Amino acid sequence: MQQLTRPVALALRGLRKTFDRPAVDGLDLTVYGGEFYALVGPNGAGKTTTLRMVTGLLRPDAGTIAIEGIDALADPIAAKQVTAWVADEAMIYDKLTPLEYLEFVAGLWRMDAGEAERRAHDLLGWLGLAPHAHERCEGFSKGMRQKVALAGALVHDPKLIILDEPLTGLDAASARQVKTVLHERVRAGGTVIMTTHILDVAERMADRIGIIVGGRLIAEGTLDELHRQSGQSGTLEDTFLTLVAGQAEAA
Amino acid sequence: MSQAGTLSWLAGHELRLSFRDWVSLMTAGRRRRAYKVVIALGVFVTAMHVFAYWLVAGYADINLTADVPTLIALTGTIGVAMSLLLSQAMESVTRAFYTRADLELILTSPVSTRKVFAVRMLSIAASTMLLAMLLAAPFIDVLVLRGGVRWLSAYGVVASIGALATAISLALTVALFRVCGAKRTRLIAQIVAAVVGAAFVIALQLVAIFSSGSLSRFSALQSHWVLTHAPALDAFFWWPARAVLGDPVALAAVMALSAAVLAAAIVTFSRRFGDHALAAAGVSSTIVRQRRASAHFRHRSPRQALRVKEWTLLRRDPWLISQTLMQILYLLPPALLLWITFRAGNEAYVVLIPVIVMAAGQLAGGLAWLTISAEDAPDFVASAPIAPSSVLLAKVEAVIGMIALVFAPMVGVLVFDSLRAGVILALGILLSAAGATLIQLAFRVQAKRSHFRRRQTSSRIATFAEAFSSISWAATAAMAADGTWFALVPGVAALCILGGVRVISPPRD
Repeated sequence: MQQLTRPVALALRGLRKTFDRPAVDGLDLTVYGGEFYALVGPNGAGKTTTLRMVTGLLRPDAGTIAIEGIDALADPIAAKQVTAWVADEAMIYDKLTPLEYLEFVAGLWRMDAGEAERRAHDLLGWLGLAPHAHERCEGFSKGMRQKVALAGALVHDPKLIILDEPLTGLDAASARQVKTVLHERVRAGGTVIMTTHILDVAERMADRIGIIVGGRLIAEGTLDELHRQSGQSGTLEDTFLTLVAGQAEAA
Repeated sequence: MSQAGTLSWLAGHELRLSFRDWVSLMTAGRRRRAYKVVIALGVFVTAMHVFAYWLVAGYADINLTADVPTLIALTGTIGVAMSLLLSQAMESVTRAFYTRADLELILTSPVSTRKVFAVRMLSIAASTMLLAMLLAAPFIDVLVLRGGVRWLSAYGVVASIGALATAISLALTVALFRVCGAKRTRLIAQIVAAVVGAAFVIALQLVAIFSSGSLSRFSALQSHWVLTHAPALDAFFWWPARAVLGDPVALAAVMALSAAVLAAAIVTFSRRFGDHALAAAGVSSTIVRQRRASAHFRHRSPRQALRVKEWTLLRRDPWLISQTLMQILYLLPPALLLWITFRAGNEAYVVLIPVIVMAAGQLAGGLAWLTISAEDAPDFVASAPIAPSSVLLAKVEAVIGMIALVFAPMVGVLVFDSLRAGVILALGILLSAAGATLIQLAFRVQAKRSHFRRRQTSSRIATFAEAFSSISWAATAAMAADGTWFALVPGVAALCILGGVRVISPPRD
């Protein structure tokens, strides 16, 4: 019941998007400020489509999106100002260095140059990229590229960070660094929403987990709450598979 | 079906890949377009034959007893074809070196790598020869129709030029690898390819400018100096030209020589091709450290940040620079003519201005495609707190800025000579560049920067509209420079093209 007193970071109501078939089908979702929320689901469940609508990359057919109390459909610029988006493929420029990339991001988010520079150096240090700050990204490994993208998402100090499969393809050390930075972010009061297929990660990192199937949220809560809903007491993987199978039978 | 691992089996594999690549290029990856492509090709081939008839039908009765001026003209034409094919072949060879695609599969398979790369080189030669023959076909067909089957020998000469161009480009590229290393070869080879492709035409234009003050290539070939220094009629130098005219001995000699040179090149270079390709594949993982112009972050608005980003990306991509270099290279002769005009005080603006205005349109089209359609991180930019219209405006500003940088010196020189001509040129450049940019905006589709050379195939309507818009603005500027009110006619036509583009462009969400 503590959630009732916490501010809402993201509120989705009746969100709907149809391509050839419904991808997101009347989704209701609430994520609270300072929360680490993991959105899991089978392939094609509508996770990425949902997040792309939240970040303004797709326009929903119906429904509402509120980010930190801002109507994201009515005032997308204000909503984007407090949001960061990290895709599964790092969205960076091969011919720019990490520092130049962060300067570019600072320009897009209208940051004070001095503050942006200080945060950029801090982030590159935390993510182990300081020695590579002046190297072009074209020679970087996937892990390094993903860390540059993450630095780009954090440099403008967003209230809500949305990550789509951020740990895919990362080695253990890089994954640990990314997870640590995200945890620090939540500890500092930020909100993180992440999709992942790695259920162990969701189990260990998330405060709450939402399971989405066929564009609808079929279960949501802490790991214990999900156990109760599924009647399983094992890992998140067991719970997830039971809930998804139950949904398939019901359909 | 041939046995796996044999030369013929590998050749079949290469052929299949090349064919699918060609189909994809023609249909822009959409199978439903296939019938449209067939119709378009039919129309294009017919139009080319009509054009060829108008251009060469009058020369069909030239026979083997041709005089020196005729042989010079034929040899000059062969030289132009050779330089263009050499450029094309160098592009293909460089691409073969730097394309990673199936390299690791090949090198880890038990098939002889020498055999694989020999087939790959042969495939480059075949595609170069095929391209040459396809381009020459309308002209040769017209000559055969009007002058008899002896003109069929021209196909043999064209194929020989293709083979020779491939052999020379293999030797040149491998030499560059050895001298400059894998890291620099790509850039240098592509610049060399661009220069070689334009060099012959430009050289002839430069000679023409100095000798007769015009841009005509043939006036240079028929100049007194060339005629007096030409080899004797029975010299070996004329054999390619004589082969075109149907001399069987000359044809056999030219074909045998080119086949031998190509075979020698393949045998010599296939052994080390794999090593060079591996070295090229390792280039992408090399570290490039970048020195910052300023030690601290600079405060920039979102539009400034986007503009600076676009300029930085373009400046740091030598491949893209080399791709646009060709268009700039063709500006050299008009620029020289401008300089001569400026010194001599005569008024050749009517010839000069449209050339520059058209080049500005073409260059702006390419740059607009790069900045608008080939954004590397489209989702990231779209997720930033900046209106989509501001993003597009910033990109248009980046294009216009680059155009201003390239063309400002020419406008500046002309303004010194004639303020009126300078203003007309500046306006022409601005309108032509703006028109091409608007067309790219209307037909924008998400693409990769590496697909720059294929941008024309993604929307043929956009390509034609861009070309006609540039031509119309060039005509407007030329007529305005001539001081006639008829300049309004092509100007209105250019505006109609832009209006038409607005009507037929795909709707945006």
